[in-house]
Amino acid sequence: MGWIGEIDLGTKPMPVTGPLVSLTIDGQPVDVPAGTSIMRAAALMGTNIPKLCATDTLESFGSCRICLVEIDGRAGYPASCTTPVTPGMVVRTQTDKLAKLRKGVMELYISDHPLDCLTCSANGDCELQDQAGAVGLRDVRYGYDGANHLDAAKDESNPYFTFDPAKCIVCSRCVRACDEVQGTLALTVDGRGFSSHIAASQDEDFLSSECVSCGACVQACPTSALIEKEVIKVGTPDKAVITTCAYCGVGCTFRAEMRGEQLVRMVPWKDGKANRGHSCVKGRFAWGYANHKERILNPMIRASVHEPWREVSWEEAIAHTASEFRRIQSTYGTRAVGGITSSRCTNEETFLVQKLIRQGFGNNNVDTCARVCHSPTGYGLKTTFGTSAGTQDFDSVQHSDVILVIGANPTDGHPVFASRMKRRLRQGAKLIVIDPRRTDLVRSPHIEAAHHLSLRPGTNVAVLTAMAHVIVTEGLFDEAYIRERCDWDEYEDWAAFVSEDHRSPEASAEITGVDPDELRKAARLYATGGNGAIYYGLGVTEHSQGSSTVMAIANLAMATGNVGREGVGVNPLRGQNNVQGACDMGSFPHEFSGYRHVSDPEARAMFEDAWGVPLDDEPGLRIPNMLDAATDGAFKALFIQGEDILQSDPNTAHVAAGLAAMECVVVQDLFLNETANYAHVFLPGSTFLEKDGTFTNAERRIQRVRKVMSPLNGFADWEIVQMVAQAMGLGWNYTHPSEIMDEIAALTPSFANVHYDALEEHGSLQWPATAAAPLGTPTMHLDGFVRGKGRFVVTDYVATDEKTGPRFPLLLTTGRILSHYNVGAQTRRTDNVAWHPEDLLEIHPHDAENRGLHDGQWVSLRSRAGETTLRALVTERVAPGVVYTTFHHPTTQANVITTDFSDWATNCPEYKVTAVQVSPSNGPSDWQESYEAQAKRSRRIEPRLEPAE
Amino acid sequence: MMSTDQRLAYMADQIARNFAAIGHDKAAMATADHIAKFWDPRMKARIAGLTDSLGPVAARAIAILQEKGAPPPQTHATEYADVAGAGHDDAG
Repeated sequence: MGWIGEIDLGTKPMPVTGPLVSLTIDGQPVDVPAGTSIMRAAALMGTNIPKLCATDTLESFGSCRICLVEIDGRAGYPASCTTPVTPGMVVRTQTDKLAKLRKGVMELYISDHPLDCLTCSANGDCELQDQAGAVGLRDVRYGYDGANHLDAAKDESNPYFTFDPAKCIVCSRCVRACDEVQGTLALTVDGRGFSSHIAASQDEDFLSSECVSCGACVQACPTSALIEKEVIKVGTPDKAVITTCAYCGVGCTFRAEMRGEQLVRMVPWKDGKANRGHSCVKGRFAWGYANHKERILNPMIRASVHEPWREVSWEEAIAHTASEFRRIQSTYGTRAVGGITSSRCTNEETFLVQKLIRQGFGNNNVDTCARVCHSPTGYGLKTTFGTSAGTQDFDSVQHSDVILVIGANPTDGHPVFASRMKRRLRQGAKLIVIDPRRTDLVRSPHIEAAHHLSLRPGTNVAVLTAMAHVIVTEGLFDEAYIRERCDWDEYEDWAAFVSEDHRSPEASAEITGVDPDELRKAARLYATGGNGAIYYGLGVTEHSQGSSTVMAIANLAMATGNVGREGVGVNPLRGQNNVQGACDMGSFPHEFSGYRHVSDPEARAMFEDAWGVPLDDEPGLRIPNMLDAATDGAFKALFIQGEDILQSDPNTAHVAAGLAAMECVVVQDLFLNETANYAHVFLPGSTFLEKDGTFTNAERRIQRVRKVMSPLNGFADWEIVQMVAQAMGLGWNYTHPSEIMDEIAALTPSFANVHYDALEEHGSLQWPATAAAPLGTPTMHLDGFVRGKGRFVVTDYVATDEKTGPRFPLLLTTGRILSHYNVGAQTRRTDNVAWHPEDLLEIHPHDAENRGLHDGQWVSLRSRAGETTLRALVTERVAPGVVYTTFHHPTTQANVITTDFSDWATNCPEYKVTAVQVSPSNGPSDWQESYEAQAKRSRRIEPRLEPAE
Repeated sequence: MMSTDQRLAYMADQIARNFAAIGHDKAAMATADHIAKFWDPRMKARIAGLTDSLGPVAARAIAILQEKGAPPPQTHATEYADVAGAGHDDAG
């Protein structure tokens, strides 16, 4: 794809709600939807009216006075961006008078603008430059000696972009982008008249301000006032390729803007259906890890984890891997080995890893990171609705009247979707937040939750059951919906269960810590406030009752008729870029792609026919069970693609013991991650920029990932897995990921119509994409639940066995921060560390004072599982009795603290509830010191010996 | 830290506790069904030798598995898409 600058029609599109409006522009007839601006109508017929403050991603503003037009019968020269079309209107966009007016305005702009176009970083990509040409500006009568802003100091504080006030024309596009698109409202025009200038927060520098560095202002800027530092360094791009972000489950699509094979910038794609032209600091800017000096580019092996790594050829590394797995299986049995697929990799790559395990290893010992995040979503929604993926697309939130967010912090975890949600909230939708922390959504500029239920961690089921109690006992349920769409007998059993007195808000308050009146109001609002949509995250799933909580959520949605149309639904905010896809592709140990159980003889026969080998009919091991089996001596080898279980999985000591007990651990990754400290083979991985494939986001949307540069390590990840398979005697011979997708489509009913040509044609497809729904399925359960009837499930509250007490009186909960992604392997290797250089422990002032702790102090954090140290952040964001930290930094190792407790149905770890004690500390714990020394030893690399000439 | 046997027994009892609201007999069947569908053969073999350390529902579930083998689906979680079924999802 060559360089195609995005077409800007000037103002936003209007929906077609009635007859089109006919008018004449420059003598040509044109028909457009009512409400369309003259500017957009002209642009649609190919006439670009000069403009500066207008852009089609923002509301019309009408300040620059460049886009003036003449309209028959109307006095003056109205701005075309703010003037809607009317029937029979006759418009002229270019007359001598208009030209004179525009030139006069442009002269004023240019009289206070540096005339350094040739050396300006935006040369050739500057709207001011373009428009000066468009209006025919040839000189500036005022000269350049008057008062000006040319010496204004440049703000270079943000690591990714600069703000140069000398080049700013104060068009307000950045301010409006921050308000309308991002919803942070960090920018303003400060001062009046000649003193007007763009200010971040209280006239602070960008880095210190409330700016979240989403890049919307940079994208909106028509000059180089706000511009990416990479463009300043490299120059303007000369081609663009559309691809999909590899961070979170929102699945933003970007224009990877390139110069040769050098990535210049990632710009959110306006036509992207998941992100609608928006981005966050990670996807927009944090891609520098792809070229980080710590990236490993050569394969390495070693006989023991106590030895240094030895660089070897690809041939040797692949042959060694294959022979080790075969040796171990012949010694310890077929089921003594397994693998972990990566939710960071493509569908095609994930499919191949599970195929390698089932076809090549001959067992079902395959698992994926969904084990530690949304496996309870699978269990819970499958049980109730018949399918576990999110019921809506992201656009649906624009039709919601009440938004219930439980156990999710979307402004940090899913920021681009959070901006969409906040826009709807600013339009008047009501918000309920159920979370132990006072997250940003609870109260931020122009957003305030109607109800914040600050519950005690671990009591989600009790809170949701109390809400159900209110809905049933106060008669707020939707009987007609339930009778038509659900199993009525099961509803009655459930209604009787939740109606019992001891499940009322008042009776359960002692357990949950939630004010009963507030809970009743929240339940009434959700049940009666119009379209009610539930969004949830890992604060729901990562509990001992994660699956029960998901089912309790589904019960609420069905009871109130809030499933099966736009604006409602149950929406898991999935974590990793392709965790949905990894699950779809058969990454769980009990099922094939398309969710057919391995014990089903017909399903097995289909895969056996395709793959030419008999397949195991017994479920395999989940990740924690693999580690248990390893410590028992029964599990000896693990192939790990793109996953860092030593840092991400709970109870680090147990993970380390399991890995240390294995004879061959293969890590395929970009960096020597923490897990690689226990690895015997390292296979260098490729980044999302270096390969073709697809990711599936939280909306079930399958989108293309496109290669924009050659892999620095030499191979895409799917090619590496294919080489291992070939070395193990499997006759794989894929030449392109599209061939893998064809195989997936043939074996996976919900992907039947998913092929690369269809993705090229439609941009993306939301599964199921079948003969009955060839273009995919944006909203699930429209005419009925997938299973036929929605099923209510009784969810009894069972308290976690992780108890507080005198030794461990506080509850620790863990989570993420905006600027970092999960274990931080990528974001820690970017300038995002400017915002979050270390993990901090949030503690309430009351708890801090009781322990004599102050802000910034080193503290010891201890649980029954382990101990670490980190700095304290004293804040009222957490309730008394609750502490919180992130797990982005291996020096902290937050998962040294978390325990083995897990969800009863899926073994998803109970990350969100750990009983801890906090006390003053002087420095690192024994674990941290010994771990750091061991990690340093483990990362030694012996240089490769070249043969003498 | 729990040993593997302790963890297996804990897991079986935890599953049983979460089915307890549907009554002893149904909960035992559902627990047996769950273990049959989601546990690997080695785990199933080991739990069979741990019945003395299990609560009554989980112990009965293991007895059902030993006496009658895997029961048919007892909850909607263990009803799977047929070979050509589209649109279903996982039970993690």
